[in-house]
Parts: sequence; C-alpha cells; structure tokens
Amino acid sequence: MSTQVEHAEPGFFRKYLWSTDHKMIAMQYMFTGMAMAMIGGYFAYAFRMQLGFPNQYVPGYGIVTPGRYNALVTMHGSIMIFWVAMPVLIAAFGNFLIPLMVGCDDMAFPRINRLSYQIFLLSALVLLSSFLVKGGPFGGAWTAYPPLSASGAYNLTPIGATLWLLAVALEFVAFLLGGINFTVTAMNSRAPGMKMYDIPILIWMIILANIIFMASVGPLIAGAVMLLFDQTLSTGFYDPTRGGDPLLWQHLFWFFGHPEVYVVLLPAMGIIAEIIAVFARKKIFGYKTVLYTTWAVGFLSFVVWAHHQFVAGIDPRMANIFSVTTLLISVPITEMVFLYIATLYGGSIHLDTPMLWALAFIAEFMIGGVTGIFLGSSGTDIYLHDTYFLIAHFHYTFVPIAIIAVYAGLTFWYPKMFGRMLNETLGKIHFWGTIIPFNVIFIPLFITGIAGDQRRVYNYAQFAEQSRPALQHLRTTSTIALLFMLAFQLVFLFNFFWSLRDGNAAGANPWRSTTLEWTVPSPPPHGNFAEMPTVYRGPYEYGLPGRSDDFLPQNVPD
Amino acid sequence: MTEAHVHHPNYVKIWAILVVLLIVSVAGSMSHIREVVLIAAFGVALVKAYLVAKNFMHLNVEKRWVPYLLIMCLIFVGVLFAGVAPDVMKHGGLHWTKNPLAQSAPAAAGAATKNE
Amino acid sequence: MSATAKPIANTRSTTGIPTARLITWWVIASEIVIFGGLLASYIMHRIEHPEWAGAASHTNTCAGAFNTFVLLTSSLCAVLAHQAADAHDGPKAAKLLRLTALGGLIFLTVKGFEWTKDIQEGFVISSGGFWSYYYTLAGLHGLHVLAGMIIMLIVAADAANNQELQRVECIGLYWHFVDIVWIFLFPLLYIAR
Repeated sequence: MSTQVEHAEPGFFRKYLWSTDHKMIAMQYMFTGMAMAMIGGYFAYAFRMQLGFPNQYVPGYGIVTPGRYNALVTMHGSIMIFWVAMPVLIAAFGNFLIPLMVGCDDMAFPRINRLSYQIFLLSALVLLSSFLVKGGPFGGAWTAYPPLSASGAYNLTPIGATLWLLAVALEFVAFLLGGINFTVTAMNSRAPGMKMYDIPILIWMIILANIIFMASVGPLIAGAVMLLFDQTLSTGFYDPTRGGDPLLWQHLFWFFGHPEVYVVLLPAMGIIAEIIAVFARKKIFGYKTVLYTTWAVGFLSFVVWAHHQFVAGIDPRMANIFSVTTLLISVPITEMVFLYIATLYGGSIHLDTPMLWALAFIAEFMIGGVTGIFLGSSGTDIYLHDTYFLIAHFHYTFVPIAIIAVYAGLTFWYPKMFGRMLNETLGKIHFWGTIIPFNVIFIPLFITGIAGDQRRVYNYAQFAEQSRPALQHLRTTSTIALLFMLAFQLVFLFNFFWSLRDGNAAGANPWRSTTLEWTVPSPPPHGNFAEMPTVYRGPYEYGLPGRSDDFLPQNVPD
Repeated sequence: MTEAHVHHPNYVKIWAILVVLLIVSVAGSMSHIREVVLIAAFGVALVKAYLVAKNFMHLNVEKRWVPYLLIMCLIFVGVLFAGVAPDVMKHGGLHWTKNPLAQSAPAAAGAATKNE
Repeated sequence: MSATAKPIANTRSTTGIPTARLITWWVIASEIVIFGGLLASYIMHRIEHPEWAGAASHTNTCAGAFNTFVLLTSSLCAVLAHQAADAHDGPKAAKLLRLTALGGLIFLTVKGFEWTKDIQEGFVISSGGFWSYYYTLAGLHGLHVLAGMIIMLIVAADAANNQELQRVECIGLYWHFVDIVWIFLFPLLYIAR
C-alpha cells in the first residue's frame, strides 16, 4: 500500500516549526537538547573552575559565590537529565527511528507528537526564564529536598524554585504524551510480518523505558504539586510540625528517580546493541535473553529506590531490604553487558567511529556499575554517601548514557538523518579527545571522594576539617581535564555542521545494516516508504552462509 | 473503527444498582460501629468501582493484558505505600524513636536578600 | 480536524485494539499512578493522624453524596453514548455526550458552592494537614473533570456529523476512570471516620 498523502510543498513555518512529521519533530528535540547541553556544560565549567581554583575569577563567568554555586550545580544536574539525556535519547532517537524501524509512515498520533514537543519547549523556556528572575535560578539541588526547596528563606531562590518545579512538571507531561504515542505506535503500527521478536532491540528498549517512566512518574507529579503548594500556598505537606513529613518528598522523588536512571539507560543500551551488531557483522547474542533481562531490570528498578536515602533517617530495616534489591539489580545489567561482549566475540570487528563509541560505552559503564556496588551496600554507603565517590560513580554511568551513547547514535544515524557522511578522522579525534579527558576528570574524584570530600560544597576553605589541601592538585587536575574535554566538543560541532554541506553523500545503507530504516533514501522522504514494507525475518541476520552479501535486510523476501 | 460489542448489558440497571450502593454507603457511615463504617465506605466503593470497570469500561471483554496492565499500576502504587509507610507511620524501633520537631521552616515568600 | 488524512500508522492494529482505544488505556494507566501516589500519601498520613477526623467531619457529606450521584449518572450517559456510537447513531451519541458534560458542569458547580462555604468557615488549603490534602485531591480530580468535559464536547461536535465515532468510546473510558477516582475520594474525604 503506497502512501496516500499528497499535498503541496509546505512553507517554512509548516515544515520546520509546525510540522507533524516525526523526523522533523525528532530534529526539534535533538537541537533543543544539544543547545541545553551546551548550557549545562557551561555551568559545569563554571563550578569546576571554582573547585579547581577556589575564589578565582572564572573567565567567561565571573566570581562563583556560594549562592551561585548552588544554582550552578542544581541547574547542571537538572538540565543534563531532563533537558539533554531524555530529549535526545528518547524523544529524538525515538521519534526519528520508531516509525522507520517498525515500517510505517509516521507516529500513530502525529499531532499529539507535535504537541508533546511544544510542551517540552515550553518547559525549557520556563527553566531558562528562571535565570532572569530575582534571586536567580533554583539552588536547592536537582533533588529538591524540603524544607530547603519549600522555603524561600532557606534556598534564597524562591521564584526560581517555583519556576524550576513548573518546568519539571511540564517536561513530565511532555514525555508522558510523547511516550504513550511511541508505545502505541510500536505496539500497533508495525509492518506486516514484524512479530514481537523481530522488533529491533532499540525499539524494545525505548518502549520499555517509556513504560517505566509512565509507571514511576505519577507519584512524583503528585509530590511536585504538593511541593508547589508548600512553596506558594503555605501548606505543610512536608512540614513535620504541621503533620507532614520531609521524608515523604524523598520517597516520592526517588520512587521516580531510580527508575528514571533506567529510563535513560535502556535507550542507550539499545543504541549500543544496534551498533555492535552492525560493526561486528554478527547477530545479537541472545536476543530473547536481552529482552528478559531488560524486563527484569524494569521490574527491579521499582524496588531499589531507597538506596538513595540510606543516611536520610529511613527505617533501618528498610535499608536492609533495599540493599539486597540494589545488589540484585546489578545481576541482569551485568548479564546484558556479557551478552554484548558475547556478540562481539568472533565477530568481524570494524572500528569505525560509532563502534569506538559503543565499545567505550561498555568499558566506561562497567566502571560505573562496579563502583555502584559500594554505594548500594548500606554499610559502606554510610561513609561514601554524598562524597565525590558518589559523583564519580554516577558520572561513570550518566556520561556513557547521555554523552557516549548519544555520540554513538549520532555518528551512526547521521548519514540517514542528513544524507551525508561525517568525517571519520575528525570523528576519531573527537572520540579520543572526549574519552581520555573524561577519565582524567573523574578518577581523581573517586580518590578525593574516598578521602572524604563532600559534594555540594563550594569552598572547602570554609570547613577546616574538610579542606585537605594535599588533595587540591587532584581537584585542579579534574578541572583542567574538563577544559580539554569541552574544547574537543568543538571538533564534533565543526564536523557536524561542516559535513551537512560538504560531507560525502551517503547512500541509503552506508553501514550495510539489516534494519528497515536503511532501506529508504537518506534522508527519508515524507511518508518514509514509497511502498510499505513487509517483514520476513528478525533484525540481525548477518553472516549467513551461502549468500554473496554478509547481511540480509528484514524486508527482502526469501 | 468501532467494533460492535457482542452485547451491551442493561446500563440503566447497573446505574440503579450503583445508586442503591451509594445510599447504602452513606447510611452505613452514620453507624457508630467502626467496622460497619469502614465496610460501608470502602467495601461499597470497591464494589462500585468493580461494577463501573466491568460493565461501563467493558474490561471483561477487552484484551486480557489490559486489565493486567492496570492492576500492575495499582501494584506499583502498593509498592510505593509499602516502602514509604514505615517512615511516615512508625514512631520507633529497637533502638530508635522518631522525635517530633519543634519548629517550622520559615515561610515560603521573602525576597532573596543576599544570594550574591 | 477530521479533514487531515490519517497516517497509515494510525490505522494499523497489530494488537487487535484500535489505536485510539489503545492510547486511552495507556493514559488511564499513567493516571492511576498519579492519583495513586497522591492517595497513598494521603492514606498513610490520615492513618497516622487520627486527630484529622475532627477536621474531616466538617466536609459537606450531602454535597459529596450528591456529586457522587451526579458522576454516576453522567457515567451512565457516557456509556449510553458509546452504545449509540456503536449503532452508528452519531447525533444521539453527541446528545448523550453533551449530557455527560453537563453532569460534569453540575459536579463542578456544586463543588464550587461547597468550597465557598468551607472557605467562609475558615477552612482553606493551609488550614492543616487534612485540608491541604482535601483541596489538593479534590482539586486535581476537578481539573481532570474539566479537561474531560472539554475533550468530550470536541468529540461530540465531530460525532454529531457521524465522524470519528470511535472517539466516543475513548472519552467515555476516560470519564469512567474519573468517576472511579471519585468513587474512592468520596469515602476517603467525606464519610470514613
């Protein structure tokens, strides 16, 4: 059945700003996310300069005062998770790839898709507007624990606090709408012949991430409404003298917050799966096992949340339970990593830039994973909680998720999105210029963290027992490495924009992959498929004996 | 794309039963016996919800996984309750007590004076 | 709105459930967790604070019971609208949907009077733990009633022209969910002691 929509070429507004085409909406999410990433990265620059060179004037920023420091770390965390990782990993890649990979012409509800981006954009603008208000942006940490977050007299950013809360709430609504659209499309709109186990792993991962998000964000939406009322209407939901409980917020927050990290992890792992299959010329080892372990991770992620609260004064018996479940969840994740390594074993490895990023993901994420064990055991966590050890741990998980996997996906699907190839040499320079400094930033922080450096402190000179001047060289090293890492991102930006016009033309399938998005022109036309495809096999048929090509696309009849 | 349901039950009859149950729950709540009040209030609510879900929302003829999905969401809410209730509702354990706080945080509004 | 051609993605149905109804179920699933989170928080605090029963006795049980009756009746109208849409009688479905929306309007109006009286007696949202939860729970529910009414009227406008009749069932499902939430809010806020 060929596409039935014929209409005149749309003008600029309808094509770029008011489109319902999933590919254009994907670009909107992607560029918004990239812009927010630059802001979040700039904030990291500012506060790391303060930590590496305390009380010195920061070029391009100014003096980092205590209030500004709090706002910088709060905004850095919030932006990177809610306005970079989620929009790029889920909304951008999901929007672009889901209809293409399942073989249909758009999302099931294109106008809801457009609306979800518009709400997302509004949320970003609300957050950015908080930079302009009296007191500045919210400074109560991205975790926003009351009473600090509920009381303007404590956090000194009363207007920013409310704007932050509204921005986060809007972002949640946008992702609920978008995610439900994705799920319905993947469930219902698949090409004929694409059965459940013929769906590419990335699509499964995005859908499961959406389901986890949808099932976990509800209590936090409720909690955010309560916090908003505490901030603005003098209610006492989190005020123990008025019958409330600050721990309630913590629980509501982390009941979402922990599944949230898997919400961003799963699409990242899906991207890696697609890439290693293509660049090892080998099918994913244990497709169904990958799925079952992902479901296990999804369920378990709902019963580990209080490991963020071991020292917050929760019932100690709950700490026991949550320790056990936390250590348990490392098992399916490790299994998935083993399956990826098994996929690589015996494969015909091609070290193109996307593959370099995918391999780096596996290595760096494993470091993040094993350091999580020390934090998941409540005993050791008593010492390590809120130190730089924790910061290094979650950056060794989040940076692979939000940066490494994103670059892997961008370098891999760039030809499909823009019809051009990225420059390989620049890609490799960018890769090494990111990975090496990344490790030099955070390994010193593991060390300072074990030594006892506490997070969210703008200047240890104020706290005599904390200052440990002997470790200052480690903090400074970390800052200088960040400067290198940020500088090398310019290589990527240059490569990205230069290749748009001057890159080599990419054909439909430059990587010789089997999934459906590579069967259409690059970039795909409106409606995606001239003839709607039929699917005959699974998504990773590589290296089949007796064939002239080492791959067999899903839509080629036997 | 409506599919004709095999049968539509008598919706007015279901509504009448719901209204009777409402009257029962209000009447029962006036009782002085605690168990009667609770059953009248919540037992009836459960029955009413079931009737609406089954007969008005046609969950009994919907694909099987749909009610399972909705029940899963309820179970997640239950997990939340189980994880949070010990902190909110328990006042002490083997070697600890939860002591009430004397003083509230200062009010929400108030200009940020020295955020510089 | 119905003049726009639908993408093929919208018309396929690999699960056997039409896309419109499928998305409605997912919306309801996510709303269960939203209301569930707020309700769970309320329940554990209510049990923890038996002294809130004093405050709770000031809620207007008559208004609450009447509103429960109104919502139940409007749910009846909604499901009869679905039955009419199933029989391809768009105008009748539209009429019944508009009756349902009218039920919602009555509900909100009664609540408006009820809250006015509560506020005049001095019970505002910051009057204490019980009242904070009361206004938040009922307010969130009321917002959902309002949103449902608006969508319902839009669906009714199309249905009156015998268009997009599948949406009648979907908005009905959403409305039944809102009704079920109130079925639990009523005892929790009004009659349980």
